[in-house]
Amino acid sequence: MLLYALRRLIYLIPVAFGVSLLVFALVHLAPGDPISAIVPPDAPKEVVDKLKEYYGFDKPLPVQYLRWLGVTLTGDLGTSIGTGRSVASEVGSAFGNTIILAIAATLFAFTLAVILGTAAAYAKSRIVDRLVTLISLIGVSVPHFWLAIVLVIIFAVELGALPPMGIGPENSTGWKFDRAHLAHMILPTIALSVIPLGVVTRTVRSTVKETLSMEFVTALQAKGMRDSRILLHVLKNAAPTCLAVMGLQAGNLIGGSILIETVFAWPGTGFLLNSAIFRRDLPILQGTTLVLAGFFMLLNLTVDIIQTMVDPRIKRG
Amino acid sequence: MALQSPSLDIGGAVLVTPKPTAGGRGYWQSVGRRLRRDPVTLICAGILILLVLASIAAPYLYLADPYKTSMIRRLYPLGSPNHWLGTDELGRDMFARLIYGGRLSLFMGVTPVVCALLIGGSLGILAGFVGGKTNMAIMRIMDVFYAFPSVLLAISLSGAMGAGTENTLLSLTLVFIPPICRVSESVTTQVRGFDFVDAAKASGASAFTIVRVHVLGNVLGPILVYATSLISVAIILAAGLSFLGLGVKPPEPEWGLMLNTLRQAIYVNPVLAALPGVMIFVTSICFNLMSDGLRAAMDVKA
Repeated sequence: MLLYALRRLIYLIPVAFGVSLLVFALVHLAPGDPISAIVPPDAPKEVVDKLKEYYGFDKPLPVQYLRWLGVTLTGDLGTSIGTGRSVASEVGSAFGNTIILAIAATLFAFTLAVILGTAAAYAKSRIVDRLVTLISLIGVSVPHFWLAIVLVIIFAVELGALPPMGIGPENSTGWKFDRAHLAHMILPTIALSVIPLGVVTRTVRSTVKETLSMEFVTALQAKGMRDSRILLHVLKNAAPTCLAVMGLQAGNLIGGSILIETVFAWPGTGFLLNSAIFRRDLPILQGTTLVLAGFFMLLNLTVDIIQTMVDPRIKRG
Repeated sequence: MALQSPSLDIGGAVLVTPKPTAGGRGYWQSVGRRLRRDPVTLICAGILILLVLASIAAPYLYLADPYKTSMIRRLYPLGSPNHWLGTDELGRDMFARLIYGGRLSLFMGVTPVVCALLIGGSLGILAGFVGGKTNMAIMRIMDVFYAFPSVLLAISLSGAMGAGTENTLLSLTLVFIPPICRVSESVTTQVRGFDFVDAAKASGASAFTIVRVHVLGNVLGPILVYATSLISVAIILAAGLSFLGLGVKPPEPEWGLMLNTLRQAIYVNPVLAALPGVMIFVTSICFNLMSDGLRAAMDVKA
């Protein structure tokens, strides 16, 4: 098992190399000089050259890449052009806030999806099945940033029941486990969970339905096992597929949270990325993208490994 | 995608059922017949055709000028005389802007998928058919793009390149090439293993002929079905980019951008502020249902 995990990790190295190339290229996709964002257009040439030298933009591209890679591998993501603070610390504090929201949304989506999907697969009446199918269709079709606005309109503006934005009261920038912070989390969590909810409900429904039609279920019924015990067996068989899909969705949710964080002014990586784009703060853009992509890669790897652990049918080739 | 994203996952391997008469007329006829008997798909197709026609014909529909601002007519509620869907934060007629908005929103949702279908589809079929090192090279490059959540990739690329319609189209195309390429590769690899390909090879058919007749006929269905399911993701993503200010620039009418600029109005006229999102929602639901119908009619298991 450990060997398998190790081998998968080694396979990840070329991909990680490609990712680093792509993230490095981001700065050079930008129109104009990367330095032009921080100096006024009428700055004297010596100043511009000095700054170029300081940031290393005067070297040829491969040299720049290797230097950047070397520095990045030590955990130093550079300095923000906008604030002058270290990118690693800015991304680090934002990342925690994003993860909190992502975990909440993942748990919410997965629990609800399993309940709804199983109910639909078991349902004798067509109405329940149709209703659940409709919910999952809405989940995958709704523009989640629009849903976020609608939720704000209903629960914050009209009802005044929940706070419309922010992570907590009075410009709080970090998450704490208390009532006020939890209340601030409700709307973003719901908005963020609709897409995974739709996708996973679909998967749970079809997988459970497929498992139910297998012969072992009939055998268990024939030997007189209680339905609740059979459900346990069915869920155990359906779990690997559903977990795999959920894992992928959890990763995509990190990407989707960029829009949600912007709507709710949630101080996470998405919010940071968005503001960096408008300040043309390329080191932050680079750093955030790199951290999120790295996290996404590791998450996918973990899901893969967990899947092979719970499902002995998958060959560890 | 993903948007989750909307998701860009394939959801397990795509299974291809070999069809002896590749792309024969009988198959497409039966697909058409099944589609005509599917009311949900027909209704969705009708709504989409209506939306497309309305946005194409927008200048001839006697609508109000979607760019004409008016400081005294700002944020009129729904049902106002002369502005039955109200006016936006700059006093522009909402109905006209929603109809005109369809032009860019639909265009920016469909174009990247079509481009990605051409590029990613060709790459995937090439990788699947040639196999070996070519396959390795192409698929490993795609793996790199797969290491990013789709929304993150789109936003980072657009963010680096700067706002603008062309940049959005470019970054969205890049986002959709890898998933389409992966699906194309996996179905082509499966088709290549069927006996009729060997038979064609044995009877001396050139590689090009085999791809054109035997491979394309069998893989086009699954790839097309998958691509149509991406359109709704693309529409949401494109609107999302404009919503963030990374796509279409003001004052162009576009649903995502309108949603953004109308956010300041949620305390004054909440229903109005949510309207552009309804358009995105309806379009995306119709594309999703149509793709489901197409999948069923073409008998593609996914």
